Amino acid sequence: MSSQPLLEVRDLRTEFHTDDGIVGAVDGVSFTVQSGQVLGIVGESGSGKSVTCLTVMGLNDPKFARSTGEVLFRGEDLLKAPRSRLRDIRGNEIAMIFQDPMTSLNPVHKVGRQLQEAVLLHKDVTRKQARDRALELLKAVGIPRAERRIDDYPHQFSGGMRQRVMIAMALVNDPDLIIADEPTTALDVTTQAQILALIKRVQDDFGSAVIMITHDLGVVAETADDVIVMYAGRIAERAPVRAVFNEPRHPYTWGLMGSLPRLDVIVDRLYQIPGQPPSLLRPPSGCRFHPRCAYAMPVCREVEPQLEIAAGDPAHQQACHLDEQTKAREAANLVATLAGAPT
Amino acid sequence: MSAGEELLVVEDLRKHFPVTRGIVFQKEIASVKAVDGVSFSLHEGETLGIVGESGCGKSTLVRCVLKLLEPTSGTILYQGRDITKLSRKEMRPLRRNMMMVFQDPYASLNARKRVGFIIGEALELHDIGTPAERKRRVQELLEVVGLNPEHYNRFPHEFSGGQRQRIGVARALAVNPKLIFCDEPVSALDVSVQAQILNLLKDLQREFGLTYVFIAHDLNVVRHISDRVMVMYLGKAVEVASRDELYVHPKHPYTGALLSAVPLPNPEAGRARKHVVLEGDVPNPINPPSACNFHPRCPRFHEGHCDVETPPLAPIADEHLVACHYPLERWPMNIGDRTPQAVESAT
Repeated sequence: MSSQPLLEVRDLRTEFHTDDGIVGAVDGVSFTVQSGQVLGIVGESGSGKSVTCLTVMGLNDPKFARSTGEVLFRGEDLLKAPRSRLRDIRGNEIAMIFQDPMTSLNPVHKVGRQLQEAVLLHKDVTRKQARDRALELLKAVGIPRAERRIDDYPHQFSGGMRQRVMIAMALVNDPDLIIADEPTTALDVTTQAQILALIKRVQDDFGSAVIMITHDLGVVAETADDVIVMYAGRIAERAPVRAVFNEPRHPYTWGLMGSLPRLDVIVDRLYQIPGQPPSLLRPPSGCRFHPRCAYAMPVCREVEPQLEIAAGDPAHQQACHLDEQTKAREAANLVATLAGAPT
Repeated sequence: MSAGEELLVVEDLRKHFPVTRGIVFQKEIASVKAVDGVSFSLHEGETLGIVGESGCGKSTLVRCVLKLLEPTSGTILYQGRDITKLSRKEMRPLRRNMMMVFQDPYASLNARKRVGFIIGEALELHDIGTPAERKRRVQELLEVVGLNPEHYNRFPHEFSGGQRQRIGVARALAVNPKLIFCDEPVSALDVSVQAQILNLLKDLQREFGLTYVFIAHDLNVVRHISDRVMVMYLGKAVEVASRDELYVHPKHPYTGALLSAVPLPNPEAGRARKHVVLEGDVPNPINPPSACNFHPRCPRFHEGHCDVETPPLAPIADEHLVACHYPLERWPMNIGDRTPQAVESAT
């Protein structure tokens, strides 16, 4: 590992003040991203994965959101940075690809103009140069006949093409970190495969680090180097991608893997995690997963589990009170079942 | 495979939406061929999965079969009776045999009505039972789908997404239908909740002998729930086969591309296998490509054949239909080697 990580998030907490009370959307999240690395963040809706990244970008509404902790981008704390500095960084050193390409482009401006704007904001170049850069990127992300399409409006593009425009926009200034928030959720499978291949390619070509937020374990398995599994605003498990899938150490990760219908294994009944994700207005005490956990013990109700090293691998951490032996056994059972072998 | 009787037979169904120009004198200038000659049959007690990308006509097909849309041509036989030309009034008594579960559990429940009313409305419309009996039936249904019968008087907003989808299922079950059309019933739900609904649908099928038509764009979900699968592309059925046959020996290049595009939740196998990445987008259905309408994106395209002669949907193996001149000989996906087996669910 290099000396200084590209992004280091330490004990990040974000809460929103609403009419009903305080929602602790992110509650003590820490992670690091190295240059050129792909970090996958998985979780269900409301697990805090998007809010974590919006906080990193400083995009929460300051009227309602309060954040504490540290977000160190190359050692500089973004939470304390003034707005003008954040504006410098956003779209320049850190870029974001949003989930919904239908609503994240401005419908009344041509795509070329929207791309140019991103260049002009950050670079001291002429309009002509900005346009050339925009065109170059439209070509790079595989828009056919880019010379003509640069003067089209977003509605003239299909969903997959719009997502390509979004990626082009994220890339205009060669960012060091790309945050992709569910970049393929709104797309069909074949388009999703195209976009994932594209993100992989730009990551190789431009050497950017990527934070890939998704609810799809398949996407994570095929793209990420490291994985964070989030539940109710906290990290349940954090590990290299192979460890998460081969030696999962948290009951929530098991539940997610077991409840997934999949192409390579047929089960008659899916494993189901009982109940619903909790409301973050009044989160459960202790371990937030305990009301839905099949392994819950009395201690889980009282004491919040801390992230600890799992499976003897310092890169693999999990937050669960269950003893290592039981976890190793259950994980081995689950992996064997999913591999199609008799248990 | 179920050996039940043929419950529903659809032959050469077409639905073309006119594209018009002009305000006073509307002139039809083109038509969107949303469904363009689809045939299938459905046996009692089985689940037919329909997969395809957005715009392939899967929802329109189901709406035509249910006569929510008037088909342009084709025939629909329900239990041997031609229902294609029936009027709305004549359809009404038949409707209690065919119900639907919709995609969006937020939009498909009337926010101003109580759950008891939403579920019991069909009973009322079909004049089944006295009010007291209907209430009992609704409470029974709530229990069947795993909700608390005491929630009879609550409003939809008091429930989570997964619970609302359970209400949608209870509503479809109310009049004891034979056939339920599920239009993307789990695509708006989180994985853990999705598993709950899929298990519920399977349990109900076993308990009440239901027949499902299950539309989804998620191939994993379709594989899990279906007995037979139909793959659609641009208004046409390109491949129909039993589930295991289709997923293990896909013959149509489009099916192959779809399967290889699904990310596998397995880092080793997922990264090792060969991806067939299709170029471009689904073409415009107003002006579909000639002959086989998959040919501009097809990796096995043969000029002078695929763009000239339309391949018919013809049997290639037992119970396996494919519409392609050059079907795949073997399926290169490395997981295809493994024979599927029913494995007990985890833990």
